[in-house]
Amino acid sequence: MSEGGATVTVSDDSFSQDVLSSSTPVLVDFWATWCGPCRMVAPVLEEIASEKAGALTVAKLDVDANPATARDFQVVSIPTLILFKDGQPVKRIVGAKGKAALLREIADVV
Amino acid sequence: MSANPVRDVIVIGSGPAGYTAAIYTARAQLQPLVFEGTSFGGALMTTTEVENFPGFRSGITGPELMDEMREQALRFGSDLRMEDVESVDLAGPVKKVVTGDGETHLARSVILAMGAAARYLGVPGEQELLGRGVSACATCDGFFFKEQDIAVIGGGDSAMEEATFLTRFARSVTLVHRRDEFRASKIMLERARENDKITFLTNTAVDAVEGDTTVSGLRVHNVITGEESVLPVTGVFVAIGHDPRSELVRGQVDLDPEGYVLVRGRTTATSIDGVFAAGDLVDHTYRQAITAAGMGCSAAIDAERWLADADDPATTEMIGAHQ
Repeated sequence: MSEGGATVTVSDDSFSQDVLSSSTPVLVDFWATWCGPCRMVAPVLEEIASEKAGALTVAKLDVDANPATARDFQVVSIPTLILFKDGQPVKRIVGAKGKAALLREIADVV
Repeated sequence: MSANPVRDVIVIGSGPAGYTAAIYTARAQLQPLVFEGTSFGGALMTTTEVENFPGFRSGITGPELMDEMREQALRFGSDLRMEDVESVDLAGPVKKVVTGDGETHLARSVILAMGAAARYLGVPGEQELLGRGVSACATCDGFFFKEQDIAVIGGGDSAMEEATFLTRFARSVTLVHRRDEFRASKIMLERARENDKITFLTNTAVDAVEGDTTVSGLRVHNVITGEESVLPVTGVFVAIGHDPRSELVRGQVDLDPEGYVLVRGRTTATSIDGVFAAGDLVDHTYRQAITAAGMGCSAAIDAERWLADADDPATTEMIGAHQ
C-alpha cells in the first residue's frame, strides 16, 4: 500500500490484501487522470480520510493502470466509490458527491 | 447559528461565470467567498477539448481551463470552499447562505452562478442503469466501452462532440435523435458525419433502456412510421441538453417559465436588490464558456458598483428614483 496524503493507493495486485482482507472498512475510489469529476471528488476524499483515520481507509484505484479490478466489480462509470466491509462490497456510489452527502451515504457502516 | 462576519459578496457556483466573478471581485478587494460545490469546474469538467475559447489557439481541455481559472481566482485572494449550498435567504440587506455542513454565511450581495445540470431522458431503465452503462459523461466513461457498440442521444454540439470522442474507444456509435434537423453547429455536425464509425438514426425517440445489471439495449421507435426496434448497445450516453440549476432560488428571485433566472435589461441584476446572476443559470441563448465568463465579469462589476452605491448615502436616493 503506498501513501498519498491521507488516502492510500491500491492496485490490481494489492487489492486482495489491502481491501478484501482489511479489518477496517475500505472506501475505494475508482478514478482516472482523464476524468474531470474525479478531480472534483479527490479533495473531499482526502478530508474524509483524515477525519475518519482508524475507522475507515480511503483507497484510490487508477482504472487505467488497473483494469482487472474495475472489470471484476463492473465499474463502467467514474468516479465510482465502493465501500468494502469484511471483504464484501456493501455500498456503491456513482458520480461526484459533496462531503456531507458522502458521509451520509457511508454513515450506517462507518 | 454560528456568528460569521457579513461579507461584501458571496459567489455561488464555480464554472466560468463563478470563477470570473471571483477573479473580478477579488481584484476589487471585495474578498469574495465562493461556494464551488461538488460539481466544481461546472459543465466544462466533462468536456474534452475546448477549441473556441479565445487565447488558446491550440485548444485546451475543459478541466485544464477550469484549473487555470480557479488558480487565477485564488491568486487574488478568493476564499474558495468546496461545500454545496443547501439553502439561501436573499431578502433584506444581509443575505444568508446555508451550506451542507449546516453553517450560515452572510453577505451584502450574492452572485448566482450555479449553471445548468445535464438533462436525462426520463425513460424506464435510465436511472436504474446509471453508472452501469448509462452515462452523462463521455470523457469519464468512454474508456470502459472499448470495441463495444454504443449509442449517443441528442442533436446538439454536445452530442456531436461526445459521439466523435467516443469513436476513439467504441466499435460503433449510433447517434439517436428525435428529429431530422440538428441544433449542432455545422463544423461539429460535419465532423460527426464524416466519421465512419458513426451512424445517424434520426426521427427516432427512445422508449426505454434495457438490461438487468448492465445495459443490453435501447428500445426506440421511429416518430414518423411508429416502427419499434431495439438497438443492441452496451453503453448509452445522454446529451440532450441542460436545465438551469435554479431550485436553490426558486420562489425568491424571478425565473422564466423554463426556470432560468431573469435579469434586468442588459445588466446581471435579478429581481432582488444586491443579488446578481450570470452564466448558464441565466442564458438560454448562447451557453458558451466565453459568454458565461463575460457575464461573470459583468456580475462582479454590477455587484461592486451596487455595493459602492449602497455605501454612499447621497446616491441611495438617486438609485431609488431609477428603479
